[in-house]
Amino acid sequence: MPVDEPPETKQTLLEVNGLSKYFPIKKGVLRKILGQVRAVDDVSFAIYEGETLGLVGESGCGKTTTARCIMRAMDPTAGEIMFRKASGDMVDIAALPEREMRPLRREIQMIFQDPYGSLNPRMNILDILGESLLVIGGMTDREERSERVAELLRLVGLRPEYMQRFPHAFSGGQRQRIVIARALALNPRLVVADEPVSALDVSVQAQVLNLMLKLQQELNLTYLFVAHDLSVVKHICDRVVVMYVGKIVEVAPTQALYEKPKHPYTAALMSAVPVADPRQRAAMTPLEGDVPSPANPPSGCYFHPRCPYAVDICSQQQPALEEGAPGHFVRCHRAAELSLSGIGDLDRPQTVASASSSDAGVGPIG
Amino acid sequence: MSVELQPEAEISAVAKPDSLDKADAVSVASNWKLVWWRFRKHRLAMVSGVVLILIATIAAFPGFFSTQAPHESDSKGSFMPPQGIHFWDDGPAFFVNATKGARNPRTLRMEWVLDEGETIPLRLFGRGYEWKALGLFPTRLHLVAVANPDTDKPIHLLGTDRLGRDQWSRLVHGTQVSLSIGLLAVFLSTVIGIALGGISGYFGGLADMVIQRVVELLQSIPPIPIWLALSAALPRSWSVTTTYLAITGILALITWTSLAREVRGRFLALREEDFVVAAKLSGCSQMRIVFRHMVPTMNSHIIAAVTLAIPVMIINETFLSFLGLGLRPPAISWGVLLQEAQNLQSVALAPWLLLPGLAVIITVLALNILGDGLRDAADPYH
Amino acid sequence: MNPDHILSVRDLKTRFLMDEGTAKAVDGVSFDVSPGQVVGIVGESGCGKSVTIKSILGIVQKPGEVVGGEILFRQRGNGAAAAEMVDLAKLDGRGKEMRAIRGSDIALIPQEPMAALSPVHTIGNQLVEAVRLHQDVSKRRAEELAIERMTEVGVPNPAERMSMYSWELSGGLRQRVMIAMALSCSPRLLIADEPTTAIDVTTQAQVLRLLRGLQQNHGMAIIFITHDLGVIAQVADYVVVMYLGRVMETGPVDDIFHNPQHPYTRALLESIPSVHALSREPLPTIEGSIPHPFNRPAGCPFAPRCVAAMPGKCDRRTPKPTQLNGGQSVSCFLHNDAAEED
Repeated sequence: MPVDEPPETKQTLLEVNGLSKYFPIKKGVLRKILGQVRAVDDVSFAIYEGETLGLVGESGCGKTTTARCIMRAMDPTAGEIMFRKASGDMVDIAALPEREMRPLRREIQMIFQDPYGSLNPRMNILDILGESLLVIGGMTDREERSERVAELLRLVGLRPEYMQRFPHAFSGGQRQRIVIARALALNPRLVVADEPVSALDVSVQAQVLNLMLKLQQELNLTYLFVAHDLSVVKHICDRVVVMYVGKIVEVAPTQALYEKPKHPYTAALMSAVPVADPRQRAAMTPLEGDVPSPANPPSGCYFHPRCPYAVDICSQQQPALEEGAPGHFVRCHRAAELSLSGIGDLDRPQTVASASSSDAGVGPIG
Repeated sequence: MSVELQPEAEISAVAKPDSLDKADAVSVASNWKLVWWRFRKHRLAMVSGVVLILIATIAAFPGFFSTQAPHESDSKGSFMPPQGIHFWDDGPAFFVNATKGARNPRTLRMEWVLDEGETIPLRLFGRGYEWKALGLFPTRLHLVAVANPDTDKPIHLLGTDRLGRDQWSRLVHGTQVSLSIGLLAVFLSTVIGIALGGISGYFGGLADMVIQRVVELLQSIPPIPIWLALSAALPRSWSVTTTYLAITGILALITWTSLAREVRGRFLALREEDFVVAAKLSGCSQMRIVFRHMVPTMNSHIIAAVTLAIPVMIINETFLSFLGLGLRPPAISWGVLLQEAQNLQSVALAPWLLLPGLAVIITVLALNILGDGLRDAADPYH
Repeated sequence: MNPDHILSVRDLKTRFLMDEGTAKAVDGVSFDVSPGQVVGIVGESGCGKSVTIKSILGIVQKPGEVVGGEILFRQRGNGAAAAEMVDLAKLDGRGKEMRAIRGSDIALIPQEPMAALSPVHTIGNQLVEAVRLHQDVSKRRAEELAIERMTEVGVPNPAERMSMYSWELSGGLRQRVMIAMALSCSPRLLIADEPTTAIDVTTQAQVLRLLRGLQQNHGMAIIFITHDLGVIAQVADYVVVMYLGRVMETGPVDDIFHNPQHPYTRALLESIPSVHALSREPLPTIEGSIPHPFNRPAGCPFAPRCVAAMPGKCDRRTPKPTQLNGGQSVSCFLHNDAAEED
């Protein structure tokens, strides 16, 4: 299914078509398959060169599974993942055997959520950052590798002297910088960031977000940014894909999505974000009920049991993902008639102007 | 340890990411150093380690520590009591009292007493019977020997047994056999366990299923009857060495299962770890992921598990030999030695025959404490 | 103690004596809670917010220990004011008196309801047990009360859920059950320890609304712990901002968010991306990272990262809390030169 037209004349870097990932539910000694958990169900979207695409949703919506399928950390059940190689050819990486996938890993890299679990505690920073240089980059000379590692450390705002250290010597924020440096080692073109700041402390989050923005400009990176925090997504993404129980419910440019969401779920998600302003308390109108399990989704539109606007058809027929406005896709029977309110671009709560540096905070630390 | 550090600064900095400049040594400390630093704090385990090094040295050079050839018997010298070494006799000295025997006219049994009046001078690094270091280099050097080997009576530091053989020398040689059987059997079962557990945990699928069913089958068979049956099936005509290897094999075959389970469990858990996924995404091959990322993470755990498995093996060997189903004389092992203490009469007359039991207890305890210490130290990141 | 307060924490100090050194997890924390007030304690990792509430509840685990300060709690009772006051810091955490207070006057809503609910007993069993622990009622009556509580916290089909197990419920429902259990003893002080961290944003909104509603209906006081400034802004009346074991600033929620006085509070508020902010602009940041509690800097703990730090002053002495107009209090030399005695 062709998803959307490029907003400008940008070309797509990645096209996901009908991607599905089912996990079988097995039981008993003979591992009989009883059913399927449709973690990702017929998902299609495109990422344009140089943009940041946000992938948001609550737990169990399939955003992380989608990211891992694109990284081929998991094998998709069905669908295509077309990636534009540096040479300009499109290649379907969904079904590529690992041997042929390996050279492509140079171009697609990942930033993990947990900076404590994603660095091997038994290797020092030089070995961690140098690994892909060695195994894909073929940089067998240790001297050469350590020069490149020093360069990478400077790039993410860490001292090159740190390369002899082991991960336990670094704080969460510093580790996340190392994880970013590892992803950048081979000059990738697409970086998949899976909740890169959600495990970090508030005062460190901003440093990492700024770093990611700076790197994107300097290195012309394309980001797929997976997150559950709508404020972070708003801050960093150009376009946003909203998922609910394995399916895409809305795709739109960030500004349009936040100003005028077209899917009731998106609107509810936005109104549920606790705003850091005690004067805006009334804005909270919580949704009823819980996110259904992807093993046993409701009939019709998966959102209908919780939707304040649901009508009969919603429980009977699954709506299709349709383009309501240019570049704005929504999966809702009533998208055309509903007028939902987003958050818009209201003023931030006014705090006393501070002298705090507006510098991106990526200078060497420690 | 080449790095000089204040003891306090060491471990804390593992959790102190910000003391970067102060604790530079910690920042660049590898996993093994962190494990060592943590292990060093476990006093009892350190003591056990030293005890085990001593025992291992004895096991490596039993001839050097013994005072008499272990098989040399003396029909006139059965059940002689231990001769304690004296270090003081109106001044520093080094001697034992000679034993004096007289036949009890009623029971017709030799009765031995230590003769306070007669001393046999000893010397360190003296000359004694000829033995071969590591089975290769003939030497007459012994840690303790009588000062005048040609004239003095032989000494028995731990007394003698029914056939008048020197208990201390036999215990020392038994240490070599019992320890090495334990080590070898654990080594074998570790190799089998890691290989099968690794295949099971990393590849999963059919291989996992088959291996797991085999493990379950083996674990459901009561081990004692199996050992008894297998050992009883060993031909009596086999040489000491063949029996030794066969017993080792039997012990290993039955015990690899629990280690395989452990390795499989760790592989399964590690496969999901982000840093293993990250390695895959960095383009590492399967071999590299397993040997560069997964195995090193398990190393310390495996070492701890292995340390805890050795005492079980030692006990098993002792138990089998004690029942006469493991090693048989003329082989010497702790179990064989304890066989001598099987009848009540011997125990009543010569309680020193129970001393090999003490050796078993000390070794097993030390190994268990060391294993616990290693296990606690194995994961310095938690 | 001000007669209006239900809880008054004064100069609380809790330390962890470890091989590696002493961690001053809570170092001189003071705040008050009035009946019917929601006090939010906000801070990043290592700020001591969790240890503070553990100290109040008397559940600090070894090697941690409350080494100083007072935790004055006004107990239920009809006697003279003085007789009702009890210093929780002096009670034995496992003693009878503390257990009685924990069960009936103060209740806790934990971060992970899954860990707090038993997987082998039904929800109903656990609720009935909790009810009967505090009220001398028959089993039937206790069941009715339990169902009443479940209805109150918005569990759909409460009678059916009574026979379910915790693992059969969704995260949001589990947290509601925990709240019902906490309410079963009609506490006067409810302590909520990051109750929404483990659940999704839409469910979080439900739970926050529920807590506010219950607080208004029952008139109980709530201490709400979180690292999320958005959540604090939504639920708290009064805010305590902590950093590395010390209180940086306290005040009414509106003042904290609209007129923050401490450089840390300001920097924290500015560094969070807001859904209202312009996209893709670099955010103001706080330099460096949070030191480990073993490694706390001398003087004001925030000094090394503070843009307004005065060398020779902030890195030497620790500022004392200073009362400002309008109920705000701030520990910063920008406002007052008074330092703590060391």
